[in-house]
Amino acid sequence: MDNRIEKRMELKAPVSRVWRALTDYREFGEWFRVKLDGPFVAGQISRGQMTYPGYEHVKWQAVVQKMEPERLFSFTWHHSLDPNADISKEPTTLVEFRLEKIEAGTLLTLTESGFENLPENLRLEAFRRNDGGWTEQMRNIESYVAQRP
Amino acid sequence: MSRKGHSRWTGKRRARAPVFAALGDETRLSLVAKLCGGQPHSISQLTEGSKLTRQAITKHLRVLESVGIVHSVRRGRESRFEFDPESMEGIKEYLDFVSEQWDQALSRLKSFVEN
Repeated sequence: MDNRIEKRMELKAPVSRVWRALTDYREFGEWFRVKLDGPFVAGQISRGQMTYPGYEHVKWQAVVQKMEPERLFSFTWHHSLDPNADISKEPTTLVEFRLEKIEAGTLLTLTESGFENLPENLRLEAFRRNDGGWTEQMRNIESYVAQRP
Repeated sequence: MSRKGHSRWTGKRRARAPVFAALGDETRLSLVAKLCGGQPHSISQLTEGSKLTRQAITKHLRVLESVGIVHSVRRGRESRFEFDPESMEGIKEYLDFVSEQWDQALSRLKSFVEN
């Protein structure tokens, strides 16, 4: 149960609007910071290039699992920082977005599960590849702790 | 995202501050990268291919040792350094990292659909 992330968030927008932001590949790319090659299709691989600062060299690869309109959008993805990683061969986690209509607009529940599938040394992998994002992250943390001892 | 969640994260970050501070240096990160394969390395091996002197490398290793990321084992006249994986808490730490990334992504989604 610990190897799981769950987040809930109320969005002041109708379910249809949130659904579009999640499942239209261009809109998804805007807030997620990835440039996707094409639309999401259930059962198919989605490919693209991350645009998140520090991760621009990382390829996006996910397998779209479910697209139940205005209810559930899910995909599996891998966590390898290897630019040549192949999703069909990598261990993956499952990301699920669930939408629920509420008075304020939409209740979004995000879960990511299956971290137990990932290798124990995953974090070390990130170090080994000496990824720029990690180095930067470490610097941020260092300055944070320096300011607030 | 909740207040409770936030303070827990901050608290954890403080508790782990010395480990992170020790890693906030390129030379030390590269030393950890060499050692995290599991094989103990001598100072000479770790100095090889580096522009830094043996003394400078030793100083960086002592910093890593002081926070428990590595420890030294004496073999004859030589000290060998070994990586201590427990200092990293493995997957748990990674989960916190991914969780933080989601917080950021979801807050971008929020402003995206609410504007």
